[in-house]
Amino acid sequence: MVAVTKVDRSRLMDVIWDIQRKKRYIAHDDITKIAHEFNMSRMELEGVITFYHFYHRTHSGNFTIYLNDSIISQFAGRESVLKAFEEAIGVRLGNVTEDKMFGLFRTPCIGLSDQEPSCLINFRPFVDLTPEKVFDIISKLKAGKMPYEICDIPKSKIHYTPAKDRTVFFKPYKKFSSLSKLKDYEPEEVIDLVIKSKLTGRGGAFFPTGLKWQLCRRNKADVKYIICNADEGEPGTFKDRVLLQEHPELLIEGMIMAAYAVGASKGAIYLRAEYMYLKEPLEQLLAEYRKNGYLGKILNLKIPFDFEMYVHMGAGAYVCGEETALIHSMEGKRGEPGTREYFPVDKGYNGKPTVVNNVETLCAVPRILELGLDKYLTLGTDATPGTKLLSVSGDCTKRGMFEIEWGMKLRDFLDLIGAKNPEFILFNGFAGECLSSADFDREISGENLLAEHIKFDFKDPIEYARKMVGIGLRSGGSIMVFDKEKDLVEVLKNVADFFVAESCGICVPCRTGNFLLNKKINKIILGHAERQDLEDIKDWSKIIKTTSRCGLGKMSSTALNDAILKFPHVFEKRLSENTNFNQAFNLEDATADYDRIINEMTSDYE
Amino acid sequence: MNNLVNLTIDGKTIQAESGKNLVDVAKQNGIYIPTLCYFRELNPLATCRICTVKVNGKDTTGCTVKVAEGMEIEVNSAELLDNRKAIIEMLYAEGNHFCPSCEKSGNCDMQNHAYDMGLTVTRYPHVFSDKIVDFTPKRMIMESNRCILCKRCVEEVKTNEGRDVFSFVQRGINTRVKIDYELEQQLSESEALRAMNLCPVGAILVKGMIQEQPFGERKYDLLGKDIKPVVKDNNLHKKDNEKFIVATTSLAGCFGCHMSLLDIDTDLLDILEIAEFNKSPLTDIKKFSKRCHIGLIEGGCSNSENVAVLKEFRKKCDILVGFGECAIMGGIPAMRNFVPLQECLEEAYLNGVTTEIGADVVPGHEDIPKLLNNVYPCNEVVKIDYYIPGCPPNAQHIWKVVKSILLGEEFSITHDEFKYD
Repeated sequence: MVAVTKVDRSRLMDVIWDIQRKKRYIAHDDITKIAHEFNMSRMELEGVITFYHFYHRTHSGNFTIYLNDSIISQFAGRESVLKAFEEAIGVRLGNVTEDKMFGLFRTPCIGLSDQEPSCLINFRPFVDLTPEKVFDIISKLKAGKMPYEICDIPKSKIHYTPAKDRTVFFKPYKKFSSLSKLKDYEPEEVIDLVIKSKLTGRGGAFFPTGLKWQLCRRNKADVKYIICNADEGEPGTFKDRVLLQEHPELLIEGMIMAAYAVGASKGAIYLRAEYMYLKEPLEQLLAEYRKNGYLGKILNLKIPFDFEMYVHMGAGAYVCGEETALIHSMEGKRGEPGTREYFPVDKGYNGKPTVVNNVETLCAVPRILELGLDKYLTLGTDATPGTKLLSVSGDCTKRGMFEIEWGMKLRDFLDLIGAKNPEFILFNGFAGECLSSADFDREISGENLLAEHIKFDFKDPIEYARKMVGIGLRSGGSIMVFDKEKDLVEVLKNVADFFVAESCGICVPCRTGNFLLNKKINKIILGHAERQDLEDIKDWSKIIKTTSRCGLGKMSSTALNDAILKFPHVFEKRLSENTNFNQAFNLEDATADYDRIINEMTSDYE
Repeated sequence: MNNLVNLTIDGKTIQAESGKNLVDVAKQNGIYIPTLCYFRELNPLATCRICTVKVNGKDTTGCTVKVAEGMEIEVNSAELLDNRKAIIEMLYAEGNHFCPSCEKSGNCDMQNHAYDMGLTVTRYPHVFSDKIVDFTPKRMIMESNRCILCKRCVEEVKTNEGRDVFSFVQRGINTRVKIDYELEQQLSESEALRAMNLCPVGAILVKGMIQEQPFGERKYDLLGKDIKPVVKDNNLHKKDNEKFIVATTSLAGCFGCHMSLLDIDTDLLDILEIAEFNKSPLTDIKKFSKRCHIGLIEGGCSNSENVAVLKEFRKKCDILVGFGECAIMGGIPAMRNFVPLQECLEEAYLNGVTTEIGADVVPGHEDIPKLLNNVYPCNEVVKIDYYIPGCPPNAQHIWKVVKSILLGEEFSITHDEFKYD
């Protein structure tokens, strides 16, 4: 048996971040040094670095520009903004200028879908970009301004909340107020409260929060962890950003309450790199809590306990939103999802019992305490009491944040957001359903769950509509609305590209399956797909869905299959009937060179 | 043996120790759950996904399941069997696996599964991923084309200080296993051999320690011997007293393949018993006079006339067979694809060593077929049903294929018919 020296690798990502920030890339020598420090092989470190797309192995420019390439940004005019950037700095996307001043890169959704097109420059946000604005930004940077001096502060754009006494999140909150109430509660009583409130995971998985805490509490260990999942990677969602901007105190108090309840002594907020601008305010707030005796040794509760927390930065990997992948990432490893042999509440971070909760879930807890259980249970629906934050983007008049009570009909919600002619909707981001008018009478709630695989077997849209009407729309918070003008296949292509880029690569169905589905979509776009290709998509999706390791592979083809079911005409008109001829071959294109050359040559003779 | 629990696997009631690994429990009870990445209970990797089973109706990998009271497990339903086969097929489509030239052939877990499942062809298009063979390590070879990313080596092969010798780098479709050159040298001889043997395929090799010949004295494999290959149903219909009708043509080729056709000598008489020729250089019939069962295409498409002829063949023939390398991948004529068309024309008509002195005209006339920007293999223009490789293919080979397709029979090609030395 080999002797394994244990080294705490949780700091690894911070160390790499430091070098990336200062040097703008991770050099060969740095790898040797870090690898030695953390007792890793160079290649293993290389593996960690190349897993996260914000770490660079070559110079990424003193000003590193990340332009969002999600579909919302594309429809908002990303193309002209990209051209402006390329013209202003003089290199194409994916390159760095010769003087190493600017680097221009693509990145998936950066959580600003209501203010697209948007980009990050040295992780400072710039929103509502236009070509003019781009030229202005670049000239200012060239003149010596720093990104933090000229960046935008993303607006919260909260368009709707229920009546004041029925609002949960977006209303004024007095710091420490729920913590002072916590004095009357035993840890078990907190868990009891959360169980009775029927709070479920707001990232979209809907796992009962109280149960999770209870399971973790029952596991005996010297140290337990509370981790807040602020790796809000689902394209189109930005509710966590708004929460962190408006009510970070709710999150911190929610985490302290969770720690108190399960007996955890350490906590971390796993913040996605795209939200790096929120790190400093968060840390300042943490210091304030520490000063007031709510972090460190917490004495002013019924049972005093130790709890310390910090902010852990991600580095650009969608899959790290999956809780086991997130834990691996925090441990300084590649963010690959775990094997599901254990739940994190049994063996999580560093092998200890760990609770991972979404920002919104944790923010809800102090509010439940504040509102009182009885009042909270009158909100929303029976299975899902309370309210839900929805991030709205796309073709509607009010893009931004909506807090609604669970149970609102989709039709009413579309009226609320000012969607005049919604044709199709990506509900719950790229990993969710693709909705059509057949779904307008469904309500947004966690009611009446229908097992996923049954849905896959619907043969026609009418049968689908009849059966699905009683089933609540479950969402993690992203809603993207598209009107008739938008090309469904183009949207699906963007979705497919996203999953190919973000698959972690550990299991073949997701790694190669999504790649092959993407090829099929290309075939549809090029107009030489046949009916058999649609059948292939359905069959292959099923295989990818049932055999993938984590939610990424299980959900990546949902929207595509929904779309084929609900919008058959869109695909129909793109199919090629005559299967014996390769539609990609075009004789006119193939002889265009010859025609031009002969024309030029014969005109020379005259 | 305390803590016994009852569970059912495919309807069979089984007693087992609580918490035992499902794959092992099933094996002890005579039920086989195929695995590829799994090799010891302590550390199931769950990367390959082929052991996917249904536990109480939910899909999950068998290697990560610990048996518990009342579990209902499905292993061999039609859906699960197909999923398993699909994953193996996907692994074949993803990598570049050439079993006949692989040192591990006959000793390869993935190959075994493929034979076992009767896999002869993958349902997925080939990915053609760009993978390297890394010879740089002092003692080992990392053959990424064969790597299935099972993670066994990553998890199991460590140095004395506990550092990883093999690591995953990049992510998604670009994920590769890379070997750390420095640490590889620290491994002992036996540790290196263990790494090679740990690899379920032929991705990790130790230099000088590879058997010269693939394992076993078999043409394919014992298990695979009785498995029938998938025969395409051609639906060729003809009346009993009629002959099959064959057409042939040479597009951008050298006619060498047609020459090869004639090498069959007197066997041609046998062919004529069952087939007659329509449009073909052999009969000098210029236009199709009837629908044909089979069309043989030599050469790729270099000009617009080639395209027109090829499309005509597609319309008039039930089955198209591309024979010879030019039809399959463009061949010698496709060498011009690396030279701009204008330079080609100038070289041919104006500046070449054999052009007449003073030549200054590139012929251009509406009656002259237009050159295509590239030379295209036939399958880029129309659907080609079968290919016969070779430059040229052997006559026996060609006719055996044609005859077998026409009669809907299985056939095999002998070494003599398929060697070019």
